[in-house]
Amino acid sequence: MTDQLLKIRGLKIEGRSDETWNPIINGVDLDLKKGEVLGLIGESGAGKSTIGLAAMGFTRDGVRISEGSVVFDGVDLVTASAKVKRGLLGKRIAYVAQSAAASFNPAHRIIDQHTEAPTQHHVMSRAESTADGIELYRKLRLPDPENIGFRYPHQVSGGQLQRAMTAMAMSCRPDLIIFDEPTTALDVTTQIEVLAAIREIVEEYDTAAIYITHDLAVVAQMADTIKVLLRGDEVEEADTRTMLSAPTQDYTKSLWAVRSFERPRKPAVVSGAVPVVSVRKIQASYGKIKVLHDVSFDIHAGRTVAVVGESGSGKSTVARCITGLLPPSVGEIAFDGDVLPGDYRKRPKDQLRQAQMIYQMADTALNPRKTIGQIIGRPVQFYTGLTGSDRRRRVDELLNQIELEPSEYFNRLPSELSGGQKQRIGIARALAAEPKFIICDEVTSALDQLVAEGILRLLADLQDKLGLSYMFITHDLATVRAIADEVVVMKEGRVVEQGEKTAMFLPPHHAYTDLLLSSVPEMDPDWLDNLLTERGIDNIGDAAVDKM
Amino acid sequence: MTWWMWIIVALVVMGGIAWAMRAVGQMATGNAPAFRDMPFGVAYGYVIGVAFLAVVVWAYLQSMSAETAVANKFYFVGRAVEGVIMFSIAAYLFRMLGRAVGTYWTRKMFRSMPLTAAFGILVMLIYAFVAIFAGLLAPYGQAEILPFANIVPGGNPALGGDPNHIMGTDQIGRDILSRLIYGAQNTVGIAFVTTLLAFFIGSSLGFLAATLGGWLDQLLSRTVDVLMAIPSLIFALLLMTIASVWAPQLGIPLTYFMVLIIAVIDSTRVFRLARAVGANIVVMDYIEAAKLRGEGLGYLVFKEILPNATAPLLAEFGLRFCFVFLTIAALSFLGVGIQPPLADWGTMVRDSAAFINYAAFAPTAALPPLLAAGAIALLTVGVNFVVDWMLQKTSGLKE
Repeated sequence: MTDQLLKIRGLKIEGRSDETWNPIINGVDLDLKKGEVLGLIGESGAGKSTIGLAAMGFTRDGVRISEGSVVFDGVDLVTASAKVKRGLLGKRIAYVAQSAAASFNPAHRIIDQHTEAPTQHHVMSRAESTADGIELYRKLRLPDPENIGFRYPHQVSGGQLQRAMTAMAMSCRPDLIIFDEPTTALDVTTQIEVLAAIREIVEEYDTAAIYITHDLAVVAQMADTIKVLLRGDEVEEADTRTMLSAPTQDYTKSLWAVRSFERPRKPAVVSGAVPVVSVRKIQASYGKIKVLHDVSFDIHAGRTVAVVGESGSGKSTVARCITGLLPPSVGEIAFDGDVLPGDYRKRPKDQLRQAQMIYQMADTALNPRKTIGQIIGRPVQFYTGLTGSDRRRRVDELLNQIELEPSEYFNRLPSELSGGQKQRIGIARALAAEPKFIICDEVTSALDQLVAEGILRLLADLQDKLGLSYMFITHDLATVRAIADEVVVMKEGRVVEQGEKTAMFLPPHHAYTDLLLSSVPEMDPDWLDNLLTERGIDNIGDAAVDKM
Repeated sequence: MTWWMWIIVALVVMGGIAWAMRAVGQMATGNAPAFRDMPFGVAYGYVIGVAFLAVVVWAYLQSMSAETAVANKFYFVGRAVEGVIMFSIAAYLFRMLGRAVGTYWTRKMFRSMPLTAAFGILVMLIYAFVAIFAGLLAPYGQAEILPFANIVPGGNPALGGDPNHIMGTDQIGRDILSRLIYGAQNTVGIAFVTTLLAFFIGSSLGFLAATLGGWLDQLLSRTVDVLMAIPSLIFALLLMTIASVWAPQLGIPLTYFMVLIIAVIDSTRVFRLARAVGANIVVMDYIEAAKLRGEGLGYLVFKEILPNATAPLLAEFGLRFCFVFLTIAALSFLGVGIQPPLADWGTMVRDSAAFINYAAFAPTAALPPLLAAGAIALLTVGVNFVVDWMLQKTSGLKE
């Protein structure tokens, strides 16, 4: 086979912890032909990124390749010398990392980092490479391609930076590019632009690619074949269409099924009922910059209101106003009909108890030096005054409610839990206060789909049992579809549309809602093509937002 | 040829040896990755290391060959090499002991401990032991004046020694060994109290500034800036001079003033660290959650922030302890620190500094000042070993 580009056989990788080597990857095979795109999917901890890096003959610190071979175009990268690898990496194999913002050196201009690899490998002179970079920026549809490279990384947006990084990976026209979750951190409208740009350029230069992601809909657009991984083992591999239409393994089927979770409709709100939380024409500003303009909406008992919008739309600021961290300059917030003081420090303990918050990053929301028992026990004691064995009993009850075994988890530290379990502890901490109303700030966006679904189901169950009201802040419309009763769409600090969920997902929409809805990738491999032919590449994503 | 020409020649020759060593290594091992991917700089480093080791061994052999009665240039090198080897073996055994006995956690800690850290902990334990039991260990009192002054260390009567005073006596006839032992109590004890006080002041104010912010933060930070702008030793000297006038009037020992003055000056550094660490912790969501719960300031600072700041603060404690210790020694050396007749290592170095001149004729005669200085140096090195280890551990935890 002459067009075989990458051939991984029996790859075993081990990581060092507690002075022993533990397996991370247990013998994975992988084949990649020239110009082929392979999608690697799996939950976090499945070893996707580890395999991606190993395809370059590289391992992170404290990780080693214990067995197997990684043959790239006839060279085994596992045994190759550092010199041989230096000749290949950057020139024939390139890497695009998840966070472009963290991967660019903030002290150098983008173009200077772009030209580094071609000049180092003597592929092009600096001037040629600069001209070529501008050409690539044009192909990737970056705005103002002649000048954008001469800016510093902090002067361009996240989506643009991600495309600039793709251009940088392309600078030597490599045979293979490894994309490690390049769009995970981006908004939907930005993501679609980056996806379209990546796919176009990969096709144009006939570059082979390994595309790592946990988002099935994304990989469906990008890959020719898909490989599913679970805890370091391959589950199955098939070409994209077969995999989507007829997965053979149970695990793959369960991944596919996640997207189907949807709650039954609740009866409409009784007219005249006092809402639990009522946001009335609030305005707020950070310093002199006004971030909220006349935002109003109501949240009724036992219902979930999703606040949707892109980063910077002001949805988290609304939450900060409701909790009292940022007192609104104009307008008021009422709880059960009573107007709340703007500053949380002026609110009585009982008002603070009634409204709780669950955070996006469970890592920073739980004190890493406290045990689970202490984290949940403190609000129990603080609000209800229970101590000793009463307190312990209540904590056990809460742990049971979030479906964690009390005896096993009571004495653990947050670092000994998985991401989903940490998020559950965050929920338990909020429940400990016995609130009426909980703000969920992007609670599932840092989690894998299967885990996220579990959290959503748990929240839905708790709502049914305890009659809670939720305000659900998210940018993911799949989450909205799954859990919300009502939707509030925000853009640039204003509410552009609000109403019942069922009405929101049916046309006619506000133009912005329509764009948000249409930018959510679907599980159809032709979805991106269809969208592109329907609208044209200049009418999707942020470009379309700018035109509004 | 001048000496620097020789150095250049030696460096070039070592470069050649490094290159040859790598080439031979590649051939002998059949191009094993360890030699194949070895950069030249690393090979050069190995050769320099080996050369240095060779010089040390040669110097040690020199110190063995000559008789102790004759002036021997390499006498102290020999003792130093012996000391390092003995302490390393002791540290190794100590670590083995730690791995074998104790609770699950201490055994786990000893297993992951590098030898340097074991060395440091052993040194600290020995100092603590000597300081606590100084009264029992010391053969004479620290202020006891004996009839024999200026006895040479070594205990050999033929050379002017006395078996009753292994380390000899000083110029007014006090036993040096006893004073060294009591010195541990005075110097180390006072340094420990001073550092604790500095930490109490610095970290509580620092966390307060980080949590509350606003004008309080401005006021405290600018005050600290002003205090830090004055060179600390000069400032301490100035304040000590003032205190030495006040102390007799108020009837308070000067040592109390010294503890307070050094603690305040050093607390400015602790304040800076605590405020920086605290500012990073205060923005975490769990602090926000606690604030929204309605928790008070005390709970926020001591229950939420402090547990997350212990690692950097402990590491700083080790370093700060060394600095405080050296400041006390320096002040004592200058005559305003710990007052005679209390034994103190800094004062001992000053009092017997003149003996260092005799090293050229009789190495043992120069021992008294060097022993006191060595005691300071050993503790400083030991504490830093432990601090390094703790820093490494905490940075590893953050991954």
